[in-house]
Amino acid sequence: MAKIIRIPTPLRKLTNNEELVEVTAATIGDAIKELQARFPGIEERLVDEKGEVRRFVNVYVNEEDIRFLQNRATPLKDGDEISIIPAIAGG
Amino acid sequence: MKALKCRECGREYPLEATHVCEFDFGPLEVAYDYARIKKSLTREAIASRPRSMWRYRELLPVAKDPTVGLQVGFTPLVKADRLAAQLGIRELWIKNDAVNYPTLSFKDRVVSVALSRAKELGFTTVACASTGNLANSVAAQAAAAGLKAYVFIPSDLEQGKIINSLVYGANVIGIKGHYDEVNRLCAEIAGKFGWAFVNVNMRPYYAEGSKSMAYEIIEQLGWRIPRHTIVPMASGSLLTKIQKGYQEFVKLGLVTESKYSIHGAQATGCSPISVAQKAGLDFFKPVKPDTVAKSLAIGTPADGFYALKAMKETAAHADDITDDEIRDAIKLLAETEGIFAETAGGVTVGVAKKLIAAGKIPHDSSAVICVTGNGLKTLDAVTGHVGQPREIKPSLREFEALLSAETVAA
Repeated sequence: MAKIIRIPTPLRKLTNNEELVEVTAATIGDAIKELQARFPGIEERLVDEKGEVRRFVNVYVNEEDIRFLQNRATPLKDGDEISIIPAIAGG
Repeated sequence: MKALKCRECGREYPLEATHVCEFDFGPLEVAYDYARIKKSLTREAIASRPRSMWRYRELLPVAKDPTVGLQVGFTPLVKADRLAAQLGIRELWIKNDAVNYPTLSFKDRVVSVALSRAKELGFTTVACASTGNLANSVAAQAAAAGLKAYVFIPSDLEQGKIINSLVYGANVIGIKGHYDEVNRLCAEIAGKFGWAFVNVNMRPYYAEGSKSMAYEIIEQLGWRIPRHTIVPMASGSLLTKIQKGYQEFVKLGLVTESKYSIHGAQATGCSPISVAQKAGLDFFKPVKPDTVAKSLAIGTPADGFYALKAMKETAAHADDITDDEIRDAIKLLAETEGIFAETAGGVTVGVAKKLIAAGKIPHDSSAVICVTGNGLKTLDAVTGHVGQPREIKPSLREFEALLSAETVAA
């Protein structure tokens, strides 16, 4: 079993409208690299020049914000669900 | 309205139900044609219009006449001399949205705009992620407008806020989690069902409604900008929109530019923005909320970054207070001014007190405190902290005995 990434609406143009993408990476950082290899251009939308996840992007592993885990180094195991969600909502 | 524009990169988008830039995920904001607005929006024109937030309608993002919440806003600006004496400041005002129409919070402003715009865009179902007040307002105004409503709230909210959504017949969904989890779920739902989520895909329109609070403060003060404004922060959106409101009135020549500071108030149990401001940072660290001020319990504030920027630009401060200080401040406001605010109001009054005591707001200055919600909705928070009625038999003798016992005690 792989790990599943939910792609948010604003990025689906890059994933040929695929909402769920499977990856095999072992960390969040590697998962983003794997996405980039398959969907060129997606990485720069998610991370800044320094490689950090962008200010207006929230990433969750099984509903937990990666900033409460280990950020890009957060480990992934089979069956994990990763959500990428625009930060600007609510309030 | 001209277009939606990304606040980060400036890319423009059509005026649809969309809230995030496709390129950098930055927030989309409504862009206006100020040169055109300047021709019709004069002090005289405003004064001739109905006493509601819609008297500033050129600056609110609807294409035609508003259709939902025509009576919202123009809440009292109360000169608070007794509270001023207690806090040690020369001049103090309370902008009292605890009596906003129809659901007793500032959220009536944003919902009136969001639902008017949602109807223009052809939506028949509206929804929101809420800490309570927003859910109440969406439920009530959707009912009045004949729209179907889904409101999503943390399941542990105050009873008053839950009942105040249910009574209007809205679909109330309690989520077992805190607001940030509700919000994340709603961001995922919003993309799927084609509903107008007032604070997700309708957020560019919705958030603009908060500016009306700033316009009213300026007009009610006799066309001047208050030197200090103290605003509660949950997502941080209100603070940024108060700044935008002040800036727009300056830009349109409706008020003379003067120095102003917009300070932010949080509860210590959920203070990501305040902590960052005090540390001099321009970014915040998300937290897991634990505070009696549930309406402000947003641990991952969407506009936290911009609220920090607005405070920096206006040389303002942030601070936070404990749950006990919140309850004390609710009582202080009630006992000095006869205004019963909800927990967020306690936060704002308590932080104002702290900033004045610390000299961050000087004693010889003037300030406006924004009270954004009504105490009747958060009775749970103060129950047991405001005393008990003393019971006696219907007997004059017993009453006299009670009074003389008190005199002795005093």
